[in-house]
Amino acid sequence: MDIQFTEEQELLRSSVQRLLRDQYDFEARRKIVADEQGFSRRQWEAFAELGLLAAPFAEDAGGLGGGPLSTMIIAHEFGRHLVVEPFVETVVLAGGLIERLGDAAQKQGFIPDIIEGKKIWTLAWTEKGGRFDLADVTTTARREGEDYVLSGGKTAVIAAPWADYLVVSARTSGSRKDHGGVSLFVVDRRATGIDLRSFKTIDGRRAAEINLRNVRGQLLGKEGEGVAALEACRDRAIGALCAEAVGAMAELNSATLEYSKTRKQFGATIGSFQVLQHRMVDMFIAHQEALSLMQHLNLSISDGEAGLSRLASGAKTKIGYAAKFVAEQAVQLHGGMGMTDELNVGHYFKRISSINIQFGDPAFHVLRYARFGAAA
Amino acid sequence: MELALSPEDAAFRDEVRSFIAENYPTEMRVPNPETDLTKEQSLLWHRILHKKGWIAPLWPKEYGGPGWSITRRFVFEQETSRAGTLPPLAFSVTMVGPVIYTFGNEAQKKKFLPRILSGEDWWCQGYSEPGSGSDLATVRTKAVRDGDHYIVNGHKTWTTLAQHADWIFCLVRTDPNAKPQSGISFLLIDMKSPGVTVRPIITIDGSHEVNDVFLENVRVPVENLIGEENKGWTYAKFLLGNERTSMAGIGRSTRYINKLKQIVEAEIPPDDPTHLDFQREIALVELDVLALEATELRVVAQMARGIDPGPAASLFKIRGTEIFQKITELTHRAIGNHGLALREQPTSANHFMPGPEYGHTASEKYLNSRKLSIYGGSNEIQRNIIAKAVLGL
Repeated sequence: MDIQFTEEQELLRSSVQRLLRDQYDFEARRKIVADEQGFSRRQWEAFAELGLLAAPFAEDAGGLGGGPLSTMIIAHEFGRHLVVEPFVETVVLAGGLIERLGDAAQKQGFIPDIIEGKKIWTLAWTEKGGRFDLADVTTTARREGEDYVLSGGKTAVIAAPWADYLVVSARTSGSRKDHGGVSLFVVDRRATGIDLRSFKTIDGRRAAEINLRNVRGQLLGKEGEGVAALEACRDRAIGALCAEAVGAMAELNSATLEYSKTRKQFGATIGSFQVLQHRMVDMFIAHQEALSLMQHLNLSISDGEAGLSRLASGAKTKIGYAAKFVAEQAVQLHGGMGMTDELNVGHYFKRISSINIQFGDPAFHVLRYARFGAAA
Repeated sequence: MELALSPEDAAFRDEVRSFIAENYPTEMRVPNPETDLTKEQSLLWHRILHKKGWIAPLWPKEYGGPGWSITRRFVFEQETSRAGTLPPLAFSVTMVGPVIYTFGNEAQKKKFLPRILSGEDWWCQGYSEPGSGSDLATVRTKAVRDGDHYIVNGHKTWTTLAQHADWIFCLVRTDPNAKPQSGISFLLIDMKSPGVTVRPIITIDGSHEVNDVFLENVRVPVENLIGEENKGWTYAKFLLGNERTSMAGIGRSTRYINKLKQIVEAEIPPDDPTHLDFQREIALVELDVLALEATELRVVAQMARGIDPGPAASLFKIRGTEIFQKITELTHRAIGNHGLALREQPTSANHFMPGPEYGHTASEKYLNSRKLSIYGGSNEIQRNIIAKAVLGL
């Protein structure tokens, strides 16, 4: 049950760690976030060179065949360093969908450019008023010759301003909230008829409201099977997001512990106060449990186990609440300093807040988990 | 969620599973085995396990243990706990046994160990005293040397199942002038000795689990001293380390959650908002169990690879007890008005209890489980241990 990493996985982990330690410390990240673009093309190329963008893809798709466990290893380290570049969006979401649904031409056309760091992708599934429901789709797609034409709106699409391509969910039949009738499309982000209104996210990344007016797109996968594909995609995304959250928790805990051993009040280090000791023990336990569940989930994704969606919702809930607890307490224990933009603690807090919203918050997933349990 | 098992270990798991199914005594399947069984009934399973050679998984082979790997011990623990079998008396098998084979002399090993394994001797623990709760080093019970005997005077309390006990292992003060932790010795006392009196303490659930044990001029042969005089604290700490293993209680929590789900479905209509509230609460506690189970399996896998688990036992104790308390609280809440009733003790089929049978033990379980975060080193003490040993505070 404990993941004893293979030599290859250890190598992957240590090389990501080295790269981020050398090039992605908190100050370097601050510069990247403050940049007009809001992300670093140079970093993205460095990730490609190291093989991170190839790691999870199957070998016959030109990848390294590392699967979900390599995603977990990378996302965990990215979480520790608050990496803003769209690894999950490009590789796990769009890349994963192309690998699973794409025809030969699409795979050959798109995956090599992802792996080489040439093209950035994201997934546009969220709509206004749809909250976390993958099937709540009003964007429409109608066939026109070989292609489709899409119209509608998507909301809060992370990494859209950076992206070259979007995978967009749109309705080819049925009415709002019908599970069937939703299909996925590849859309060139610079295509005619796309309008983006960009904004900064709570965790220093970029996202956009997207308006589509008769935008040409090509079908990815079969018509009407979009929701099922998105559900599986969400499970994998949760595996990666949970790993990011656990990485962030680890850093918050060590920062808080270190601070408590140096910060003095009333003539004593605050770490000598029992109330704070016990709080930090609870933070430690929250991290340990989250780490165990993160491994369990990603192993299950890797093995393609039955009941995966229930487990993914469970992990999103438990790790989400655990990360929220750790983040809030880390700010609390840092006192006024925890409120400052200067310190990294608040930035981890914001990343965790963002992760908790993506693909559904813990309050959404706990009920989804419960309903799966009732059905079982 | 399962530990990845080798074919041999998987076969072992199946063997344990079918052994329990075929041999666990039906008369031990009562509403609340912890309170409803007589001493003889509660020893039935102990004797079956002893005959099979499985009574003491932790013990080395030379003293009568089965010689299992860490993985097999865990599998055994997991299977027995999932099946809801009554665990053998911890004070005998898990606690005093290892102290005797680790620190006792040959004569003590020969005299006591076989009788622990067979269930012939029932042991209780003489640690706590009035006024010394979690701070055990404040032991005041005195043992004064008189020839080849100690004369013991004092008052032990919270002594679990002392009413059944043949022997008590006691922390006694042998050097009143030494620092608190260095003047303590570890004595084995025959409960039939003149001067030993047991008085029941009835707890809030109405049950008689714990007792006061009074020791008045009790003569204890010097040969019943474990190890060296005034070194008792070392042995006591060793024993407490054993006490806190496997307290995650995954199997038990899982069984109680399944029962809780059935009760909620039977008691609360699906269109009542309370139903959704319970579903949510149950999901949350199920996830607590899942995360703890995943952590336990991670630690077991690490131990099997020779990695020291550190104070993982403290983590399991804290979370395992918090989780079980939550489950018993939810169960008590789920039965609604019938939660007003509490079974009378000692239990008897003649006492009337209102409501369906599934709710009859909910009140007493809720009340009784409050003890979990207090005993065995309170959860606050466990947090102190982690703060010191892991966080370096």
